Amino acid sequence: MSTLEIRDLHVSVETEAGPKEILRGVDLTVRSGETHAIMGPNGSGKSTLAYSLAGHPKYTVTSGEVLLDGENVLEMTVDERARAGLFLAMQYPVEVPGVSVSNFLRTAKTAVDGEAPKLRTWVKDVKEAMDRLAIADDFAERDLNTGFSGGEKKRHEILQLELLNPKFAVLDETDSGLDIDALRVVSDGVNRFSAGGDKGVLLITHYTRILRYIKPDFVHVFVAGRVAEEGGPELAEKLEEKGYVDYVGTPA
Amino acid sequence: MTTDTAQQAQHGLTEHSHGAGAPDHGGSAFDTIASFDVADHPVPHGREEEWRFTPMARLRGLHDDTPLDGHDYEVSVDADPQVVVETVEAADPRRGSSGYVPNDRPSARAWAEADKVLAITVPADVVAGKPTIVRLRGLSAEKAAAGHVVITAERFSQSVVVLEHEGSAAFADNVEIITHDGARLTLVTLQDWADDSVHLSHHHVSVGRDAVVKHVVVSFGGDLVRTSVTLDYAAPGGDAELLGLYFADSGQHLEKRLFVDHNQPNCRSNVLYKGALQGGKAHTVWIGNVLIRPAAEGISTYELNRNLVLTDGARADSVPNLEIETGEIEGAGHASATGRFDDEQLFYLMARGIPADEARRLVVRGFFTELINKIGVPEIAERLTATVERELAIGEGLPAATTH
Repeated sequence: MSTLEIRDLHVSVETEAGPKEILRGVDLTVRSGETHAIMGPNGSGKSTLAYSLAGHPKYTVTSGEVLLDGENVLEMTVDERARAGLFLAMQYPVEVPGVSVSNFLRTAKTAVDGEAPKLRTWVKDVKEAMDRLAIADDFAERDLNTGFSGGEKKRHEILQLELLNPKFAVLDETDSGLDIDALRVVSDGVNRFSAGGDKGVLLITHYTRILRYIKPDFVHVFVAGRVAEEGGPELAEKLEEKGYVDYVGTPA
Repeated sequence: MTTDTAQQAQHGLTEHSHGAGAPDHGGSAFDTIASFDVADHPVPHGREEEWRFTPMARLRGLHDDTPLDGHDYEVSVDADPQVVVETVEAADPRRGSSGYVPNDRPSARAWAEADKVLAITVPADVVAGKPTIVRLRGLSAEKAAAGHVVITAERFSQSVVVLEHEGSAAFADNVEIITHDGARLTLVTLQDWADDSVHLSHHHVSVGRDAVVKHVVVSFGGDLVRTSVTLDYAAPGGDAELLGLYFADSGQHLEKRLFVDHNQPNCRSNVLYKGALQGGKAHTVWIGNVLIRPAAEGISTYELNRNLVLTDGARADSVPNLEIETGEIEGAGHASATGRFDDEQLFYLMARGIPADEARRLVVRGFFTELINKIGVPEIAERLTATVERELAIGEGLPAATTH
């Protein structure tokens, strides 16, 4: 049983006009076994929350705390956060030429577990996880994210989620740019990850479409850098009908 | 430089030529002065096309008139028993047998002042069982020195020759590599100098009929290392692979210049040079010139240079040039790319639990692995991998290149 607590989180970015506050006091608690959807219009700060949790250097936390089972996440380096059990599936995975997917996966698994995986079972695990996500075998020898299509990048993020098996997954608009088949494949992957009931999922999305495949326990509507409304799955249905018009005044 | 000029010059003529008088083509942008006479090569000042990237003030006068009479180095040889390694007088007929004529002043000076020649001969039909390794260890960079090496791979021989350079030196040398019919030769020159060394080196490769040559330049150490490789074909059917690996740290200048002269039909050349850079004022230069003469029908050539900039403040220059004088070829191409290992890549790898230094190692190892495998000499591969790791350890703690 683990808990990820976000308390009164304020985050700014540096702009030409000086620091600009993006998150203005976010409170959110995710426990193992829970799936939380964070929804909101563009520019509301959803992705900033995701990257701040992972520790991207572009974002400065000005106040508040993030605790993972009581440990202060904000004091950890990016790699320490990952090893502590936080995983961020990125909206725009970065290309890293010269590093093969298989080498990358093995190195990441070794780092997260603190020891190298047993070769025979690892090869089999990777192969099976790739098959489940309908990823072709030759993918493992390609350079990390290099020349991947949008769908391949997202499936590869979920492949890592399944193999690295963190405590908490933050999925940053994993659904964007996917056709319906890919969306199903990716959603099935997330559902497999959380099926054991001991994982927390923070699903960030602009659209309700993915919520047909991944059922959230809680829905949070993000507006202007803070949570404007919270509820159960019924809140997503309301957003499906009315969009964000009640929150921002225009249909976004 | 043209073949015609080379032959004239070898018969003792010292008149220089700008090459444009060669009968078989109308003048190439790559033409340079070729002459054994030092006086024919004016002292370069750094504005010349061939010298525009080189920090002239750090050449210790090798390009001017610093005496090259120092002998502060020792040479050790670990040869395959079938390979003949001898030190011979400058007048030995093997010297000049590649057809090379010095094409810049330091090369002409080294030619004029080298009083001994190291001659390595792989006799006909010999298949060497192990690499022949010549190690030159510089003892001081105070006095400059000149060197000359001639490597002859006779008919149908197969061998690997490694020239290692380490220690401190101010060194100008010429290396001639001659392969006869059907010979297979891998030549590796490894420059792992101490920080105060300056090395200006010219290699000329003559590829025989149906010969297969792999020429490898590896540069790690040294303050300033400039390696110029020229290659031409003595007959049709030759196959040349030119590989290079370099890793520049703070303040180092590593310059790699290539000129592949396709002067015979049905030959092949393939160039792959890869470099990594880290630290302030690390500078690498790669110039890849390929000329396809009218006679060179049915040839194929490809050259590729890739550079990986690991930190801010490092600079990689990369200039491929292809000059084609006949359309009757199989293929010709080139590519050059300089990429950065930047903050976003570092973040991505770290977000998967990989520590920063290991992330950097992962990227650089991946970058060089293909090249090291292509060299195809296990003893060298192991050593290069270890040296790359050592270089990476030097760069640990330096921040990644910033994205913007």
